[in-house]
Amino acid sequence: MEMSLFLVQLLNGIQYGLLLFLVASGLTLVFGVMGILNLAHGSMYMIGAYLVYYFAAMTDSFWLAVVIACSIAMVIGVIIERFLIVHLYKRDHLDQVLLTVGLIFIFNAAQSFIWGNDPLGVDVPELLSSSIQITDIVEYPVYRLFLSVLCVGIAIGMYYVINNTKLGMMIRAGESNREMVENLGVNIGTLFTVVFAVGVTLSALAGIVSAPVVSLVPGMGERVLISCFVVVVIGGMGSIKGAFVAALLVGIVDTFASVLLPGMSSMTIYLLMALILIFKPQGLFKS
Amino acid sequence: MIFKNKTLRKVVLASSVMATSVLSGMSAHADESPIKIGVMLPYSGVYAGLGEAATNGLKQALKEKGNTIAGRPVEFIISDTEAKPARAPELTSAMTDKDNADFIIGPVHSGVAMGMIKSVRNKDSIMIIPNAGANAATGAFCQPNVFRTSFSSWQTAYPMGNQAIEMGYKKVVTLSWNYGFGKESLAAFSESFEAAGGEVVKEIFVPFPKTEFQSYLTEIASIKPDAVFVFFAGGGSVKFVKDYDAMGLKGKIPLIGSGFLTEGTIEAQGEAADGLFTTLHYADTLDNPKNKAFRAEYLSLYNKPADLYAVQGYDAGQLIIQAVEATKGNTADKKALIKAMEGVEIDSPRGSFHFSKAHNPIQNIYLRKVENGENVVVKTAAANLNDPARGCRL
Repeated sequence: MEMSLFLVQLLNGIQYGLLLFLVASGLTLVFGVMGILNLAHGSMYMIGAYLVYYFAAMTDSFWLAVVIACSIAMVIGVIIERFLIVHLYKRDHLDQVLLTVGLIFIFNAAQSFIWGNDPLGVDVPELLSSSIQITDIVEYPVYRLFLSVLCVGIAIGMYYVINNTKLGMMIRAGESNREMVENLGVNIGTLFTVVFAVGVTLSALAGIVSAPVVSLVPGMGERVLISCFVVVVIGGMGSIKGAFVAALLVGIVDTFASVLLPGMSSMTIYLLMALILIFKPQGLFKS
Repeated sequence: MIFKNKTLRKVVLASSVMATSVLSGMSAHADESPIKIGVMLPYSGVYAGLGEAATNGLKQALKEKGNTIAGRPVEFIISDTEAKPARAPELTSAMTDKDNADFIIGPVHSGVAMGMIKSVRNKDSIMIIPNAGANAATGAFCQPNVFRTSFSSWQTAYPMGNQAIEMGYKKVVTLSWNYGFGKESLAAFSESFEAAGGEVVKEIFVPFPKTEFQSYLTEIASIKPDAVFVFFAGGGSVKFVKDYDAMGLKGKIPLIGSGFLTEGTIEAQGEAADGLFTTLHYADTLDNPKNKAFRAEYLSLYNKPADLYAVQGYDAGQLIIQAVEATKGNTADKKALIKAMEGVEIDSPRGSFHFSKAHNPIQNIYLRKVENGENVVVKTAAANLNDPARGCRL
């Protein structure tokens, strides 16, 4: 492999990995703090993408659509937590699975009912629609570079909030010992609502910003959910730092495997996961 | 549609009491029992839109005849396959044994088709496939009572090999999802392309249904072939065509494909699809009176434009009508009915066609170019193309 080609592939891998992180971070955050396994996490990715499609067409502005879609996602997150998840904190994971799988069906039916089953696409915003020439033949779309920068920005933002703010302190405390946090007088109910809404919004945001580079089809959420779980399991359930490292690892391995091991590429990330779990059964960064 | 009870089986008596009573006066001894048409198409899941279009087309054909063929009313028995192969045998057996369907129209999905074909073997029901393109359905698994009004995968890709040579391409990279339809399409393209002196320098299979294409596009850029031939459908088509354009490859390495690349996806692909060449047995813009009349009527009936899947369903309806009229309403003698079906010439919106020995359409394949968001017919890439029906002993 030529050096320039290697670098482009590395860029592809990092860029894919960063997007995976954006989706997976919300899932792992919610699990880490609340102990809730939200299988409908992928559905929020799908809903985000369809919402931005809908509002971009209505308002003629991608950026305005991003703001509206994010706000709606956050409201959906609050509603789900306040009215549904709240009843499950004392129950086991199986009940959570039942509820959140049910939500998948509801979101899918709503998607099919509102937007139909034909594939849809969102245009790349005008401002970022150009490409940069990087080799004699390959151009790299500016929008994809923007996505990477955005994901890195969000990762840094999360790191800062978790390590340097009061909310972050409560989140860290919630991750390590939930009962203790409650006993120390923190309003755990509000904390959980905020964390769940943020987690869900991160997933929706990933769907929103990915919309111009994916095609909107029924079932897109479930596909994302699977990759997302691989990332979260490799990184260590509940660890955001782990999700970041794992997402980059999965992105890069998947990208190179699809070129170097074409026959096996669909199983490489699962092999990677199995291998890591043999040596680190709790994932790379146990929370 | 997704709310529909999975085991729901609607029985629809299409004829009104009026129509039957008027017609009963016409011939004293005519059989007036309904002709039973089982419909096994997906009405939920990813292929729901295709199932709906095929059903609309089928109903349009029968409506043109007042839902009566040779004096007999038509009864539809509708079931949702959900495009799940595992459900196919059970649903088919219900149609053949319990409902005693004269015809079974279905399915969309090739996996479901294989399950259905096994289940209609040695049964009295005649199966008419309005979409599924698996070569084997009219190849190794062909049967006297299985017809297809759509296409074989081979037919939609084979003519592009010669077209690519005519366009001056010598070295081509082929790419598709790693599943039946994709593999059959690439094989058919390579067959004609290499026979005409071209070389497939690399064949890339992407795991189904992965749509992260960046690494493959980078690889194509490094190979620098004369052109790229791809098979994708639905959401994969949209994503691939947009990514190909965004990576700056479109202006440098021409992209060609099987017609499914730009079928029902052009709107979502936008400008990225402009100028693509594809081959298929139909195009919305096909300029013939039958197509224009069909599309106008479809639009007025269903309030949306007809597509390829509607045409294939419509032709399944036409096939039934012509065959049953030829036997003067007799559907009990299956041998005679099959013989009548083998003899029909269907005046289809795609141009007229008849059936091969293996019961697949012998039909024109068109070279189409995307212009201003439409598939415009450039020319007939292959006239009256007959699928080789490999492994069929009919």
